[in-house]
Amino acid sequence: MAPSTSPAADLAPAPGGAPAPAPGPVATTPRARRDGDVVGLGRARAVAFVAPALVLVGVFLVFPAAWTLYLGLLDYSLTGSGAQAPVFVGLGNYTSALSDPAFAKSLYLTLLFVGGSAVLGQNVLGFSLAWYFRAAQRPVRATLSVLVLLAWILPGSVVAFLWQALLDRRNGTLNALIGTTDMAWALDHPMAVIIVFNIWRGTAFSMLLYTAALSTVPRSHLEVARMAGATRWQQLRDVVLPTVKRHILTNTLLITLWTFNDFSPYLLTGGGPNRESEVLPVYIYKEAIIGGHLGYGSAISLLLLLANLVIAVVYVRLLRTREPEAA
Amino acid sequence: MSTVAGQRRSGTGSGTVSGSRSGTGSGPGRGLGAGALRLVAGRSVMYAVVCLLVVFFALPLLWLVLTPFSPTPSYKASLSGFTLANFEDLLANPQTWPSIRNSLVLSVGSSLLVIVLAALAAYALSRVRIPGRDQLLYALLLLSSIVTGTAAMVPIFLMLFQLGLIDRQFGVVLVLSGGLLPAAVFMLKDFVDSIPRSYEESARVFGASPSQILRHVVLPVIRPGMATVGVWALVQVWGNFLVPYVLLSDPSKQPAAVVMYTFYDAGGQPNFALISTFALVYSVPVVVLYLFVNRRYGFAFQGGIKG
Amino acid sequence: MASVTLTGLVKEYPNGVRGVDGVDLQIADGEFFALLGPSGCGKTTLLRTLAGLEAATEGRIDIGDRDVTGFEPGERDVAMVFQDYALFPHMTVTDNIAYPLRIQKVGRDERSARALETAQGLSLAALMERRPAQLSGGQQQRVALARAIACHPQVFLFDEPLSNLDARLRLEARTFLKQLQKSLGVTTVFVTHDQAEALAMADRMAVMDGGRIRQVGTPREVFQRPANTFVANFIGATPMNLLDAQVVGGALDFGGFTLPVPGEGGRASAWPVAEGDKVVYGVRPEYVQCLPAPAEGAARGEVTAVENLGVSVLVTAQAGEQSVRAVVPESDEPALGDTVHLAPSSERVLLYRADGDGELIGR
Ligand SMILES: Nc1ncnc2c1ncn2[C@@H]1O[C@H](COP(=O)(O)OP(=O)(O)O)[C@@H](O)[C@H]1O
Ligand SMILES: [Mg+2]
Repeated sequence: MAPSTSPAADLAPAPGGAPAPAPGPVATTPRARRDGDVVGLGRARAVAFVAPALVLVGVFLVFPAAWTLYLGLLDYSLTGSGAQAPVFVGLGNYTSALSDPAFAKSLYLTLLFVGGSAVLGQNVLGFSLAWYFRAAQRPVRATLSVLVLLAWILPGSVVAFLWQALLDRRNGTLNALIGTTDMAWALDHPMAVIIVFNIWRGTAFSMLLYTAALSTVPRSHLEVARMAGATRWQQLRDVVLPTVKRHILTNTLLITLWTFNDFSPYLLTGGGPNRESEVLPVYIYKEAIIGGHLGYGSAISLLLLLANLVIAVVYVRLLRTREPEAA
Repeated sequence: MSTVAGQRRSGTGSGTVSGSRSGTGSGPGRGLGAGALRLVAGRSVMYAVVCLLVVFFALPLLWLVLTPFSPTPSYKASLSGFTLANFEDLLANPQTWPSIRNSLVLSVGSSLLVIVLAALAAYALSRVRIPGRDQLLYALLLLSSIVTGTAAMVPIFLMLFQLGLIDRQFGVVLVLSGGLLPAAVFMLKDFVDSIPRSYEESARVFGASPSQILRHVVLPVIRPGMATVGVWALVQVWGNFLVPYVLLSDPSKQPAAVVMYTFYDAGGQPNFALISTFALVYSVPVVVLYLFVNRRYGFAFQGGIKG
Repeated sequence: MASVTLTGLVKEYPNGVRGVDGVDLQIADGEFFALLGPSGCGKTTLLRTLAGLEAATEGRIDIGDRDVTGFEPGERDVAMVFQDYALFPHMTVTDNIAYPLRIQKVGRDERSARALETAQGLSLAALMERRPAQLSGGQQQRVALARAIACHPQVFLFDEPLSNLDARLRLEARTFLKQLQKSLGVTTVFVTHDQAEALAMADRMAVMDGGRIRQVGTPREVFQRPANTFVANFIGATPMNLLDAQVVGGALDFGGFTLPVPGEGGRASAWPVAEGDKVVYGVRPEYVQCLPAPAEGAARGEVTAVENLGVSVLVTAQAGEQSVRAVVPESDEPALGDTVHLAPSSERVLLYRADGDGELIGR
């Protein structure tokens, strides 16, 4: 009875006459590739899987973006001399854009539109709905969420008509409802109209995302807060918001970018009256496609793109700095 | 509106009764009557707000539901009689079915392309450590929300012109797919990440080859994710106006989203009979499809962007 | 069937963690071998490296007379049951069990027949058309077993297959699995963090810590003569008493009381210790008597805790600077604050080095 008291005691020599490692399989399976690659796809095949998507995205997304940058440097038009022989004007388009009061105004309107309808409107309303739905009765929740969803998924062209009918001067539903007659909402309050419209149209995304986010808040955390005597508001502030902070940032980023590039105000107000609701995408459309000033339009596209990048970078910064706190 | 008061109230029914009994309860029982009153007030405000929201979200939809059946369709959303005559007008219009068919071609085509390419890419990105994959995904996602829309419309137009793809539905499919792919890959990768690797590992230990694992295990398991993303893409393309509007000039190739804007009579007045019925017919399929998938598989995008 | 031999096996993850850090092990043909260790000690890593799901960084793996170190998992002729069972959610029970046969290109009819045959042995025959989501935890576990059996491997690899079952099912499954393994005679490597499972089922077992093997032996050997303080502390329903002591004047000084150097028949020479040596004195609570009156070789202590274990009682007493545990019959239960005299049975005492890895002194 000599129990082994060390691992070495159990070390037996490898069975004699073991064949040399078979060369075949070893050669076809370099060791490095296996880590994390459960199917044994291999890096080459993985790249081949990703490539088609990348090519399509590269050609139809990245390349046009780069081209935008280049076109912005030309005096390029659909008609006139600029169409025959575009002249390289360097930063000319940019300087004229930056000194154009119409551009400055459009930028201001865009910020107003994004801030009012997305950052505040959709965000707050979406979160409130998600929060309310947690405890709401089923029929109420079902009704309201389906309506909100409908506003989001109906095709844009249909939605444009719906809102024209809603706001129409003579027969509009809104005027009929609140008893005003001959009130041309889209002319008198164009910015308010497109902001309210975008809240109506886009709140569903925030609502869905926050519903998913709120379901990740552990019940027990809320219960602990309740037992400590926290009010609803304190529970929200101390337990819920810290948990869903990442979701809030993600959501805000996405809806901000989407709203920044949203063309649908054009379908409601056409940018008017008197450019009172001409947000940047509409401005670009009017300059480049209608006015034919492609170079100038591209330059503004690039400025829009830069604004987006700034937002994205700020967002990533926020996400990074908040990270340790949330963890 | 304290939760303690809420529980008491639902237990006893009346604020004053439970208030008089509060001596037997613990500390917070004091002032329950006032608490219950506040609760009732809070509830009423809450209901008022909810009703307002229902009206706000429902009001624009009223027109879509009522006007197609109105004998005198206009911007007015009212129920002055009921008729199906507008639908007869729609059926008689030569543009109706071709445009719906075009919409189908564009959205089914883009959706299939997006599903196949996104599934391949999402799977590889989820399972194989490709250097820089997170940054790549992230950059693409940002780029897609930036570039789709008007910003890159001019170069896209010029590029398709050079490629000879202007006025071709294929070109529209490619452009739309390129715009949708980053988000689709992102959503699907989220989905694949949530699938335990032990499925594939177990098949692998049994000796299945990579292609067998993909066919027997991976594909069936990620099918729900693909369905969700496919429907999402379908809905996006179905409703897209700008891209086909800019890239297709031949009316016989234009989808419903664009054709709807051509239903004006000689005087420039909208033809409400056509527009309202067309809007309804054009909306229903995508709404049904979306609600179905949403109910069955839930919301695909959990906002799980990893920083 | 086949033996399994690991030689100098190392698995280092890309992040630098050594999940397996130099393991030498030989598992005999037909043996039921348990790998036991605390969570994170590298059991799963070892098993996955053995299966080929992780590539070994160093060392060599032999199954039977084949060196399989560089082989694909499918070429190693092993079957694995995962902790989450990894049943394919879209396939019926039949298709799940028959999946290995499908890979081996067995025809559909024969596949189904053989799946049914295997399933009957595990009382699954009534469930063949269900999907995994429609099965209970215990049924899923048996389907996973059936799938492993159906491919007739040389080696079974089980990664905590019982940990997702509730306590009662786990006991049943333990007996069942052991019988099944004996009747099939397939070499089995069974990973668990539950020592009761390992002790009850294994022919031989290894205790792992930090990617290394700390002891290999039969369950009895490991239980009775833990090779080092880690194993001594890890194995046992109640942890072993491990008391710091020093050899002073031919006896063990515990700081407050002394005990003789234990020895079979009182022969101190059984333990090669020298004057001044620091040692760790190990004795299981079950082998400590709790006497009311002073006795030879007993330490005086004051009862600080009494825990009911059912038919017996775990007494914790403070003796000098040491806290000593003893298991006593419930009839002898002392009261808190009582003075007791703790007498270890000297033939059950083990002495460990106080330095290094705390190995058992002597052998
Ligand atoms: N894929 C991996 N990458 C890096 N480290 C890992 C990985 N898997 C496991 N580890 C680390 O290796 C060690 C052993 O893990 P594991 O084998 O899973 O332990 P056990 O199964 O005994 O609980 C742990 O420290 C764990 O954190
Ligand atoms: Mg493990």
